Amino acid sequence: MIKVSQLTKKFGSHLSLDSVSCEFNKNESIALMGANGAGKTTLIRSILGYYHPDGGEVLINGLNPIKERVKVLKNISFVPQLPPPIKLSLDELMHYVSTSADVDKELILHYANEMKLDIASNLNKSFFKLSGGMKQKMLIAISLAKKSDIIIYDEPTANLDPQARDDFYRLLKQNEDEKLLLFVTHRLEEVKELVNRQIYMDLGKVVSDEKI
Amino acid sequence: MKNLYLIAYLDLKESIRARWFLVYSLVFGGLIALFFIAGVTESQVMGFSGLSRLLLMYIQITIVILPIFILITTVRSISGDRDNHILEYMLSFPISLRQYYWGKIIGRFITVYLPVFFAMVIAVAYGAIKGAAIPWSIFFLYTGLLFALSSAFLGIAFFISSFVKSSEVALGIAFFIWIFLLAFIDIALISLMMQQRFNAQLVLFLAMINPMEIFRVAAISLFDPELTVMGPVAFYILDSMSQGIFVLLSVVYPFSIGLIFAFLGFKIFEKKDLV
Repeated sequence: MIKVSQLTKKFGSHLSLDSVSCEFNKNESIALMGANGAGKTTLIRSILGYYHPDGGEVLINGLNPIKERVKVLKNISFVPQLPPPIKLSLDELMHYVSTSADVDKELILHYANEMKLDIASNLNKSFFKLSGGMKQKMLIAISLAKKSDIIIYDEPTANLDPQARDDFYRLLKQNEDEKLLLFVTHRLEEVKELVNRQIYMDLGKVVSDEKI
Repeated sequence: MKNLYLIAYLDLKESIRARWFLVYSLVFGGLIALFFIAGVTESQVMGFSGLSRLLLMYIQITIVILPIFILITTVRSISGDRDNHILEYMLSFPISLRQYYWGKIIGRFITVYLPVFFAMVIAVAYGAIKGAAIPWSIFFLYTGLLFALSSAFLGIAFFISSFVKSSEVALGIAFFIWIFLLAFIDIALISLMMQQRFNAQLVLFLAMINPMEIFRVAAISLFDPELTVMGPVAFYILDSMSQGIFVLLSVVYPFSIGLIFAFLGFKIFEKKDLV
């Protein structure tokens, strides 16, 4: 599904990705780990087509995520580490998601409900005015409702309480078939029930890649 | 196309809710109200009176505050979203960069143009109720000029926004451009003229490529077809083109500047790292 070949990315003189090569396939659930500055986020952003590489390439189902971003992003769900301060109301955010990615609003409401997030009474509230946990739940609900083949989570449980984490893992278990799940995390124990492969990065290189 | 309208619609809704939009609308609406309260329509200065006088005063103040309002509120549009990671999330959905960028421009254009336009409409409507003669030619000229000036500064603001990484730097550049076009060019050109280092036609040409200057001259040309209130500039302009062509140029030129800068901004946005 995702093929990364000799990917190099520099920011000024800093080498963030140093000729990284790896493949991520269907039915894999991967923990992407490493210290701060290891290159995890740069790799994720390259997969999403945000960065122009200095060398090598990324292909998602054979497509370049920069040149074919619309086709590629139809099949990717992404939840960032920190929910951004989006000023749209929840209703507007759902409108954005449903129109741009053809996501069923009812499905977002369903998953939000499963995550114990009451959208109905917050529909006209700005997203950024919600608590950290509520924002994270909303983004998770959207990511699941999008029904993508590739789901990328960057520290998804950082703002969640234990109950919400359990709900999140339960929903992921129900939705992992035929998908590729990619978790960026510092705590393997949190996702070890879910993952079947773990990759360690350091100084812009993949230093270990093993099946669990 | 649906995504283009989606981005424009959501940007418009977001802007209308923002505090800056309230202040922006109040400033222009308040100006008109203040003019009526102050009895500007009853006064006569340099032969201008009634609604014409009011619209002239409105446009003279607008030329100073509209560009800075547009620059400050718009310059952070993309750089601000990049700064606080909104862009990272919003662009993870299947929307082309073209739709995102131009959708933002359309939404923001409606937001900045409508309040200044409606302020003029209110002035004309209120004047009509009071029984004043409505200067339609001036109204339509100003509608076109404001459209062109808004386009020019919106394009410049999006251009800055596309390459600047932080909002603070974007604001600094915006302020510099505003003060440069508003005052520095004039001061520099006047001193060059006084020292007679360049010939006068070149100095006037340099003055007229400034969209704020062309707006300023065009705003008065209908009142004063001989352009005597502008001083010696009038002779050069009237020597080289008719009033009709000049008015057309004063709308087409700033609009084209806006389009060119917006397009350059898009090219940078497309070629650079997004976050």
